[in-house]
Amino acid sequence: METGKIVVTDRSGDRHELDAVQGWRVMELIRDQANDNADLKVEALCGGAAACATCHIYVDDAWADRLHPPRDEEVQMLDEAFGVTDRSRLSCQIIWSPDLDGLHVTLAPEFD
Amino acid sequence: MTLISKPASAPIVTDAVIVGAGPVGLFAVFELGLLGLSAHLVDALDKVGGQCAELYPEKPIFDIPAWPRITGQELTDRLMEQAAPFNPVFHLNQQAQSLSQQPDGTWRLETSAGTVFHTANVVIAAGAGAFTPRRPPIPGIDAYEGKSVFYAVRDRSKFAGKNLIIAGGGDSALDWALALTDDAASVTLLHRRDDFRAAPDSVEKMRRLVAEGRMTLAIGQPSSLEGEDGHLTALNITTTDGPKRLPADALLAFYGLKPQLGPIAEWGLNLNASTVLVDTEKFQTNVPGIFAIGDINHYPGKLKLILSGFHEAALMSQEAFRRARPAERLVFRYTTSSSDLQQKLGVA
Ligand SMILES: Cc1cc2nc3c(=O)[nH]c(=O)nc-3n(C[C@H](O)[C@H](O)[C@H](O)COP(=O)(O)OP(=O)(O)OC[C@H]3O[C@@H](n4cnc5c(N)ncnc54)[C@H](O)[C@@H]3O)c2cc1C
Ligand code: FES
Repeated sequence: METGKIVVTDRSGDRHELDAVQGWRVMELIRDQANDNADLKVEALCGGAAACATCHIYVDDAWADRLHPPRDEEVQMLDEAFGVTDRSRLSCQIIWSPDLDGLHVTLAPEFD
Repeated sequence: MTLISKPASAPIVTDAVIVGAGPVGLFAVFELGLLGLSAHLVDALDKVGGQCAELYPEKPIFDIPAWPRITGQELTDRLMEQAAPFNPVFHLNQQAQSLSQQPDGTWRLETSAGTVFHTANVVIAAGAGAFTPRRPPIPGIDAYEGKSVFYAVRDRSKFAGKNLIIAGGGDSALDWALALTDDAASVTLLHRRDDFRAAPDSVEKMRRLVAEGRMTLAIGQPSSLEGEDGHLTALNITTTDGPKRLPADALLAFYGLKPQLGPIAEWGLNLNASTVLVDTEKFQTNVPGIFAIGDINHYPGKLKLILSGFHEAALMSQEAFRRARPAERLVFRYTTSSSDLQQKLGVA
């Protein structure tokens, strides 16, 4: 199993280097390593089914072109997110592989 | 099944009130019913099925025992069919709000619509919480909510003669934009992209109204509100060409639904984050007569799976029976061989 790192900027602007494992969703990597840090927490209510938009992140400019483009399902679900930009993705739809080693993402604001 | 959305004038007396009509609440109707107990259900949604119906009606589930593959909606429909012999009564579009104990030890539960129940057993099958509209995180929006910012339309006459902004790209946004064009002074539909997931027919109607100049389409996202004392005067939005100001009297925002634990958190139950702690014999909370089953509960080893909730419903029902029928004896029976159970199911 290949492993590596991702870099996540949390909602208060702090950077975290997290472990990454091949085949895991970026949402899962963040969720399982957020511990008790509320600013790093992803709610991920639907468990990764692109059905809740509570795992919204912004992909760093340098990485934007290196990810596979979103499927229709993801784009439609992003309609229910807030503060969506052209860097917006649902982190449950990005599956980590070694070519994403060092991937940098920023958590989007949460709904109330 | 019976659907009630208006409050009854007198309290409803029943053996159990189930808070949440998700898959687990629906199966609890069946398990309670086998023991001869009646149930009323309350749900914030306008339909039954909880997460299965709201979040993934078309997606297949592969780990329901004896159903190698079944969609969220199919599962809901089957559970309704299975519960039907027990005539459950559904109170939709309302939240279970306040709970208090009466002098005789039974519970009084009241909903946001004013429906009142008297019952020996309250079964919390609330999943991840009550599905409620998502509130966009615009600074200071609370001051406007209910006055000029709304997430649902209760009384459409309120919007007559107003300059409205309707935000969203799904069916709710499009349906209301179309429905309110005639009454309102103006309607602006605001969506983040020029592509809509709403029904194609509604999108076509909307495009026509925009072409005729009877509706305005704005592509962007809300960023801040302008107004005083909760009365909106303008909505500022961000667009790909920079910020824009849209004058308006009211904003209707449709960003989908999100579960929220809500009033249950104030019922004096022992919680673990936003789940309710229960024992694994009766699935009862720290308060006798209040049970929690399905995704809402927590105990060592808990798995948030539909099948766990089904098992929890069966065990909960045993204790609910003892509370509702203290003078009667509970006999263990199989549905295959008990004529009593078969009579209850209407198959004898
Ligand atoms: C995309 C997705 C895929 C899934 N796939 C699977 C799978 O393959 N297998 C599996 O076993 N599980 C799966 N699940 C999880 C499964 O859907 C849940 O375990 C299940 O829905 C829990 O059922 P429940 O009845 O406990 O709660 P829910 O389905 O959440 O229903 C709770 C209901 O209670 C209502 N409610 C809550 N509080 C109140 C209140 N105060 N007043 C009124 N109403 C209230 C809510 O509005 C809601 O309708 C999946 C979930 C998602 C989102
Ligand atoms: S976890 Fe629900 S959309 Fe990603």
